[in-house]
Amino acid sequence: MILTLVVSNLTHRPVRTALSIAAIALEVTMILTLVGVSYGTLDESARRARGVGADLLIRPPGTSILSLSSAPMSDALIDFVAHQPHVALVTGTAVQPLSGFDTVTGIDLNAFSRMSGGFHFIEGGPFQAPNDVILDEYYARERHLHAGSWVQLMGRTWHVAGIFESGKLARICVALPVLGEITGNPHRLSQIYVKTDNPANNKAVLEALRARMPGFQIYTMEEFTSLLTISNVGMLRNFIGVVIGVATVVGFLAVFMSIYTAVLERTREIGILKALGASPRFIAGLLVRETLLLAILGSLAGIVLTYVTQWTIHTFSPASLTQETVYIWWPIAGLIAIGGALLGVIVPVTKALRQDATEALSYE
Amino acid sequence: MSSAPLIEVRELSKIYRQGDVDVHALRGASLDIDPGEFVAICGASGSGKSTLFHILGALTPASSGSVVIGGRDIAQMSPAERTIFRRHTVGFVFQRYNLLPTLTAEDNIRLAHYIAAQSDKATAGKNSALPAAFHAILETLDITSRLSHKPRALSGGQQQRVAIARALVNRPAILLADEPTGNLDSQNAAAVLGLLKELNQKEGQTILMITHDAEAATYATRTIHMRDGRIVEN
Repeated sequence: MILTLVVSNLTHRPVRTALSIAAIALEVTMILTLVGVSYGTLDESARRARGVGADLLIRPPGTSILSLSSAPMSDALIDFVAHQPHVALVTGTAVQPLSGFDTVTGIDLNAFSRMSGGFHFIEGGPFQAPNDVILDEYYARERHLHAGSWVQLMGRTWHVAGIFESGKLARICVALPVLGEITGNPHRLSQIYVKTDNPANNKAVLEALRARMPGFQIYTMEEFTSLLTISNVGMLRNFIGVVIGVATVVGFLAVFMSIYTAVLERTREIGILKALGASPRFIAGLLVRETLLLAILGSLAGIVLTYVTQWTIHTFSPASLTQETVYIWWPIAGLIAIGGALLGVIVPVTKALRQDATEALSYE
Repeated sequence: MSSAPLIEVRELSKIYRQGDVDVHALRGASLDIDPGEFVAICGASGSGKSTLFHILGALTPASSGSVVIGGRDIAQMSPAERTIFRRHTVGFVFQRYNLLPTLTAEDNIRLAHYIAAQSDKATAGKNSALPAAFHAILETLDITSRLSHKPRALSGGQQQRVAIARALVNRPAILLADEPTGNLDSQNAAAVLGLLKELNQKEGQTILMITHDAEAATYATRTIHMRDGRIVEN
């Protein structure tokens, strides 16, 4: 009976119910999309880092996991590292940030190909001329570029020499010396990738390099990729916290407005319930159940809507953002939505319980 | 008539504040009503009859005096006890029917039954159907064919008959009706009043009806007149 009453109350006011569900769905989608993009972007970075085929990674002193530094390390380090025991291959890259999330990576194509197994080109091939650039498939798709196209980067016009299958290091690659010359930072590197002669020697090489290169951040690739998590990126963690806070307020206000206006509209109905002998607990339970149903439906709609944002990002911005489905956050986002909704129902419930039945029944 | 009255009202007063003015809605009203009586309380607007209705229904407390119903003084009851009293002892019929617009006629009736079941541990939370014996009353009220309709699909007379069914579903000792025909045309009003009279005669239902309509009062077995918060003719 109580469920009949709850459902009939919600279906009797379809527009307000739909708006409330939409607001809660928006709250859940905000949370799940942000978390999905955070996880997706970090996992994509880790996937591309693993695609290099290196065993160890050397980064400059004082850089953070995700920092897009310019190139502060000398390329003389390549030789130094290459001459360490059990080091089989070494290659350096320079990273130049562009606007937004994009970066241009300068690589030594031959050394990089030896380490990674080479790019798999979908269109065209490796760069030949100084103004050649190669792009990964997602960047090319997002910008509608093909082999032979021309593209503006860093204030210059580049010829797209090839489009490669995504998953190796970067989305935009140019020759390392060319990037150094353009940025006025020749012979400098952002990262050095190291391949050992045997994975069993990784630890020994790591310790030797750490001993000889104090201050440098040197990781195995497993260590490095395992550090690419939200909890290790303070700014991202804080950002997610802020968005969850904003989303909770959105859900709170949506439910507060919805149930508060419902209580105002239903003054007479609440009076009738009181005349029938409904206890304060019954009336409060009715409103709380309505709120819970709104929150559950809103959460489910929010999860569905997250797939829409995922499709939108994948279709229109595949290179800049990657959104994953993070199932463990479904119940978390749902509980946040329910918590916000229950906070929002406290005042309306209090108002309903304080209503005088005789006034309510004479209310016109 | 039985020896002990079902309702004993003594020196009942009700004063409420309206702006800066104290309004004396009831000024020492006293009356007795026996089980099985059909009493009409008549009076002009502002005579205090609706206030008496609300106090007898435990919807609002009196300022002074006593109201003993079935041996219990409702003035001494806690809010929780008054809530339980409303579930089991009184059934309300209002001028504007006051059916929940979101529910069907049957669900409106079942809701009252469901709420009453909440105070009984054995039936609390159960979605109990209407008692079998109650179907005879639905037949009497001639609403069995309209039970699946929502109030907006019912005429005023049909809505009021559903409201009467809802008021009676828990077999209350007293049926309190506040201007039950106030929103009905004469034909429907006569039908509803006839039903109340039939319920009183066949089922022995005690009925207290507030009305300002002298013709409606003729259906009752006794008429009480009120003026300025006092009972002037009993």
